[in-house]
Amino acid sequence: MSDPAGTDLGSNQAYVLHVNGQGRDVRDAWLGESLLFVLRERLGLMGSKGACEQGECGSCSVLVDGALVCSCLVLAAAAQGQQIVTIEGVAPVGSPSDVQQAFVDAGAVQCGFCTPGLIMATHSLLERSPEPTEMEIREELSGNICRCTGYGRIIDAVQRVAVARRSQVAP
Amino acid sequence: MSVIVPASLNDALQALARSPHATLLAGGTDLMVELNGGHRQVSEVVALARVAELRTWHHDPVAGVLHIGAGVTYAEIADEPIASWVPALAQAARTVGSPQIRHAATIGGNLGTCSPAGDGLPVLAALDATVHLASAAGARDLPLAEFMVAPKRTARLPGELITGVTVPVLGGWQGYSKVGVRNAMVIAVASVALVTDTVTESVRLALGSVGPTVLRCPDAERFAREHVDFEHRRVAAEALQRFVELARDEARPIDDHRSTAAYRRHAVGVLAGRLLRRAFPNE
Repeated sequence: MSDPAGTDLGSNQAYVLHVNGQGRDVRDAWLGESLLFVLRERLGLMGSKGACEQGECGSCSVLVDGALVCSCLVLAAAAQGQQIVTIEGVAPVGSPSDVQQAFVDAGAVQCGFCTPGLIMATHSLLERSPEPTEMEIREELSGNICRCTGYGRIIDAVQRVAVARRSQVAP
Repeated sequence: MSVIVPASLNDALQALARSPHATLLAGGTDLMVELNGGHRQVSEVVALARVAELRTWHHDPVAGVLHIGAGVTYAEIADEPIASWVPALAQAARTVGSPQIRHAATIGGNLGTCSPAGDGLPVLAALDATVHLASAAGARDLPLAEFMVAPKRTARLPGELITGVTVPVLGGWQGYSKVGVRNAMVIAVASVALVTDTVTESVRLALGSVGPTVLRCPDAERFAREHVDFEHRRVAAEALQRFVELARDEARPIDDHRSTAAYRRHAVGVLAGRLLRRAFPNE
């Protein structure tokens, strides 16, 4: 293709994804694979969870060029050149982000399956709206299904982060 | 299988000229569900997310129209400034899936999929939207009513792609309402868009999920025009009831796994009446 920014991939051609700040080669992959599948099965990043594979549950949420999306609905081969951030890229192992710590403190983690997606969604929400109302939290997290908590403690965790961040900013 | 990721409209059109039957990938929220489930085979994909020309909108205040590029997402449509120009479309956008879905899903994808339940489509129908198509050979425009052919079938030809849609920016009240099984993340069981135009003093009504494509309601619209008072935003209770009946009569619903025809017919009547009352709050 004439335009260097565009790409044209034939069958089984290797391609590169930018995941958590690193270029990662994807080889011998079927080009119809979802980003979720490639993250887990090709790149060994098991934090993003696969459940519904149709964008209903939010367990596979990642950031693509800063936007919160379901990685199961992203065609991995079409995501070359975009910046992908997964739960593994949020904070190093052993030093959780404020959102991750708040989920632990509030008891918002039970079985833990939905947690990575909810952490990604919460980081994204607080980036766009630092002091969300409860309604806003509920609406913004409506794409992340949790079958354990009943959501009360998740909402509590989000509010704890908002309050803590505000007190850090205030003199 | 091949995947082409063009970075410009020209490259996209050239790719389609070489592979006119390639599958077009916009936000992926429809196509990837089918691919993940093994319900669809694709051999050539042209992914449109990187085509900058499709990701912009343009408001022309002189002509009173808004052009929305096919790659504009529902998150962008739900937000300012588009929300102020076409409030009903922003309301519909806010009911599309979740934040994750709205960040990916595009209005061009909604048009291309052409599901009778597509949330944007009743609003575009009520606004008498024009759909813009392009191929390497040239561009053409189609009224939405001609673009939508049947469930999941459009007038888009091989080698063409949807470049955008143009809608009028109107002064009157407009709204969108839908019924589903929960408040978020639902596909519409029935949906209604109502648009009023204070200049022509007209009322336009479109129904979703109750026919093979989105339906306009000429009888209900004519009746409303004769029975509403634009100056005092008034409609009598009896006239509103008749409007509801005319909207219900226009529906052509079916029984399926999501709902029954009888419920859908009832629901569009309720939603149409509710929207007319919001547009004309006084009795």
